[in-house]
Amino acid sequence: MLIDWVAIAPEIALTITALIVLGADLSLRGEAKQLVNPLAVVGTLVAIGFTLYLWGDERSTFAGQFVINDYAVLFKLLFLGSLLAILGISWRFFAEGRYFQGEYYFLLLTSFIGMLLLPSARDLILLFIALETVSIPAFVMAGLRKRDLYSSEAAMKFFLIGVLSVALMLFGMSMVYGFTGTTELAGIAEAVGEGESVPLLLASVMLIFVGFGFKISAVPFHFWAPDTYAGSPMPVAAMLAVASKAAGFAGLIAVAFIAFEPLADVWAPVLGVLAIVTMTVGNLFALQQRDVIRLLAYSSVAQAGYILVPFGLAQSGHLAVNDAAIQAVLFYLVAYAVMNIGAFGVAIAVNRRTGMRSISDYAGLSQRSPLLALAFTTFLISLGGAPPTVGLWAKYWILRAVAVDITPFGIALAVFLIINSVIAFFYYLRVIRTMWMDDAPAGLPALQPGFNLSVVVVVLMFGTVLLGVLPGLAGNFADVVTLAGG
Amino acid sequence: MSLVGPLLLATFLFCVGIYGVIARRNAVLVLMSVELMLNAVNINLVAFQNLLFPAEAAVSGHLFALFIIAVAAAEVGVGLAIVLNLFRTRATVNVDDVDLMRW
Repeated sequence: MLIDWVAIAPEIALTITALIVLGADLSLRGEAKQLVNPLAVVGTLVAIGFTLYLWGDERSTFAGQFVINDYAVLFKLLFLGSLLAILGISWRFFAEGRYFQGEYYFLLLTSFIGMLLLPSARDLILLFIALETVSIPAFVMAGLRKRDLYSSEAAMKFFLIGVLSVALMLFGMSMVYGFTGTTELAGIAEAVGEGESVPLLLASVMLIFVGFGFKISAVPFHFWAPDTYAGSPMPVAAMLAVASKAAGFAGLIAVAFIAFEPLADVWAPVLGVLAIVTMTVGNLFALQQRDVIRLLAYSSVAQAGYILVPFGLAQSGHLAVNDAAIQAVLFYLVAYAVMNIGAFGVAIAVNRRTGMRSISDYAGLSQRSPLLALAFTTFLISLGGAPPTVGLWAKYWILRAVAVDITPFGIALAVFLIINSVIAFFYYLRVIRTMWMDDAPAGLPALQPGFNLSVVVVVLMFGTVLLGVLPGLAGNFADVVTLAGG
Repeated sequence: MSLVGPLLLATFLFCVGIYGVIARRNAVLVLMSVELMLNAVNINLVAFQNLLFPAEAAVSGHLFALFIIAVAAAEVGVGLAIVLNLFRTRATVNVDDVDLMRW
């Protein structure tokens, strides 16, 4: 079998980088260990170069299990961009903490290799391997601060719920294999479309969704999210909240819109209801949080609910609706990555040296560091979805997908989306008010976010506003995406 | 050979696994229960491949089972490391005692 090496060049580049990082960590001593971060950045840039080269290409290798199309390339660029931003906000955090820098960057890169595989995977086996490649390093990263009670607790909860949901997902996959006799997504779609939809098959589909529901922290499987985000090192929390969630959505799109597209009339209402419950529960819990990271965690649960809304609109065989839904998910994920990594970046900057993390600690941030306060305000407003930020357009794209084919259920989803956006503003604005209206307590050390973190936060802030003013920049790309299949 | 036997065995193992995850409070035992569930999946896959689709050229059922075995080993490695670390910091492996963070 011939292997199309160009198609898997980004993954190979990242793999080699991960190995170099591990080797460099072995050979470097003391302060020099910090150099692994720039090494990882260079490797990521190389991978981005290869990915850009693949833009507009249609390739398929490994007997059709691995495909390259604009949809996959767009997702890969999203992941690699998030990786760059996370590397930027990680440097000072891990260099000063002095714990396991080489291991952290190695695990981070490994996790992202799995993410790069996910949007290209067209086979249940590859999907499963890619998902585990994302998860297993993440379990370790969550527990990276070995002597910290909270960190080991975070890893424990994350791990137990993670392996349980994967086991449920695998049981579903094995039943689907028994029904269809193949693990290829296209083959499954064919077999499912021909046969009758027996209840056991539908149950298997739901079991598979459980596995992805855990990754995106949809509501019945979200219990790990706030504890894990709060306990793990903050850059890891940013990675879990953004990249790992986007990976879950990439897998969910592949399973839902390619393999089980003929059953859309069954699973769409289920995922729609899940979306409503997820956003409502996430927002209501976020209202009561006093810790910024936990607030961001519950807000990310709510955001997962918004991103699930387009799945609730899917209709079997209705290409226009399904394409609009996939585009809305993709655009929202891009917007979400920009604003949420930025918000975590500011949280890391404030937390640095002082360890402050409750909302009241943000009092007077506007006097201590106007730039960070402005950036945090932009990100929070964008998460809420107000102009002139990208968050508004992200929600607009979802509503646009609703409007393609107006159904009562679609309208209900849109209404819940809007009500929840209003609730969300309550807690986002509370943080903003604390930052700008309250006085800073005296005697606090000056904020020194560090060069890398400042650059990342400023770039993301401009990105949030720029995409808000000119949504076409990302929107045109998303428009190209017609089908996840192929 | 009938498919009923292997499937019944797999379902039984899977249910035992779920019961263990819910009822056991020791983290190591929870891990073992998850392994039972994964083995139920393997029995399923191999049974389907051998009895339903013996002619499938890609032998994807067998391959899938092999991959699951490998990944499960990796999962257990990471899981035991996490449990060990938890025991070092807190001197307990009871999942109910791991409750510093709530809501």
